[in-house]
Amino acid sequence: MFHSVQIRNLFLAPFIIWAGIFIFVPLIFIIWYGITDAAGNFSLENLAMIFQTEFFKSLEMSVLLAFVSTAICLILAYPLCLILVERAKSAGLIITLLFVLPLWMNTLLSTMAWQTILEKNGILNQFLRLLSLPDFTLINTQAAVVLGMIYNYLPYMVLPLYVALSKIDKSVIEAAKDLGASTWQTFLKVILPLSLPGAVSGITMVFIPALTTFAISALLGGGKVLLIGNVIEQEFTFEYDWNLGAALSIVLMIFIVLNMILTFAFDSSHEEDS
Amino acid sequence: MAKLKTIYLAIIFLFLYAPIGVLIAQSFNESRYRGHWTGFSLKWYEALFENEEIIEALQNTISIGFFSALIATILALVTCLALREVGKKLRAMFMSVANIPILNADIVTGISLMLLFLGMGIKLGYGSILIAHVVFNVPYVILCIMPQLMTLDKSFYEAALDLGASPFKAFISVVLPELRPSIFAGFLLAFTMSADDFIITYFTRGAGVDTLPTEIYSQLKLGIHPEMYALSTLVFFTVLIFVILFAFNRKKLGEEVL
Repeated sequence: MFHSVQIRNLFLAPFIIWAGIFIFVPLIFIIWYGITDAAGNFSLENLAMIFQTEFFKSLEMSVLLAFVSTAICLILAYPLCLILVERAKSAGLIITLLFVLPLWMNTLLSTMAWQTILEKNGILNQFLRLLSLPDFTLINTQAAVVLGMIYNYLPYMVLPLYVALSKIDKSVIEAAKDLGASTWQTFLKVILPLSLPGAVSGITMVFIPALTTFAISALLGGGKVLLIGNVIEQEFTFEYDWNLGAALSIVLMIFIVLNMILTFAFDSSHEEDS
Repeated sequence: MAKLKTIYLAIIFLFLYAPIGVLIAQSFNESRYRGHWTGFSLKWYEALFENEEIIEALQNTISIGFFSALIATILALVTCLALREVGKKLRAMFMSVANIPILNADIVTGISLMLLFLGMGIKLGYGSILIAHVVFNVPYVILCIMPQLMTLDKSFYEAALDLGASPFKAFISVVLPELRPSIFAGFLLAFTMSADDFIITYFTRGAGVDTLPTEIYSQLKLGIHPEMYALSTLVFFTVLIFVILFAFNRKKLGEEVL
């Protein structure tokens, strides 16, 4: 749409400058802080701190909780999306109502509301007592944090998965059934492989925020569930050890890069197949 | 089986809306304490408009949301127009650079921007939050505009040029109307992301400047002011009305439009 390369480059220039200053330079800053000590001398001491028990435990727990909540999101989202795709005609409205509307409720407030539901004298227990059932107190446990993660990130799993599933040609599924495949076989051999790209981007979009959050664990973990995000936040706002905080952030970036490589490898192998 | 599916949908619906129901109920609760229902009252709605802290945070949220979405949309549109004309490989490279703020963890983006602002001697405050929001909004708008721009038929634009329109005129009257839905979608998505962002704002804000999410976070220790529940209830129903109007109009217009 441009008459000359110069004009095209003129349009590209703002983004290049923008990305340079606000995407690359900040990353250099965080790496620089991470590999220097408070006096500004090169040191890998802060990076090595991740192997200290308290930090490593936080990282381990973060990976575990992120993994569990991603898995549950995936298990919940598949049947949900299959049902929605089946009801495709009315699904557009249902999806908007279901998943876009809650996004407009402030996530901190609705996570807070889970506290009101789950706490010792919360709504859930009041309800259980009404039915003379035993109390079930979930608040301030890892389970509560996982629940908060699922609540917050389920839409990020549902949206890409729904798009991928709705793109599958219905006749392919019918062909599988005509050839004698059971519902379960059809799912495993046809639907699952064809929807895998959607599932992979859903997994990425849930795993990374779940791994790095500090708000959900602060709200539903009651200070007892210290994720790596909480540790980093404390280093910056409470301990004022920016070098350590930056070093721990670099560890998180390693996970993000690994994630990107996996997604990329999956994308390119998938493209070769088709 | 059909019944089972409906029950499953209902359970997910309940899961997603239970906390929202709780918040709405709390906004009408006379007591200021969570979970203790002492009677129906509208006093928090009256108090809301006198609570200067919340009103100021609301104003910041709306203006940062609007301006960051606007700047991000303009920057993304200009970039997309140029990216349409570059080679496939170069475009893929640019797209992956643009996606870094989406793929990166919020906490890393927030901290790295904070270090940048302090390193460059920029005072943390309204301006630094605004820049940070543009940073994470640009990729979302690019993701909205780029697919539609790629499928755009260039010949209409060329026809307009052949008929004597200036490139600018041809762009305004031929290309822009075609792109309007995705530009609008990108702007709206950016505004939503901005209004709900907590982590990046938390690290790039300065003392005394709050958006609604950071204001809520700072209230957490001493208990949320119930006016906040009233405000979110108002926001929720406003958006609900818009969604219903939109859905109703879409049905009326016929499905071929969208």
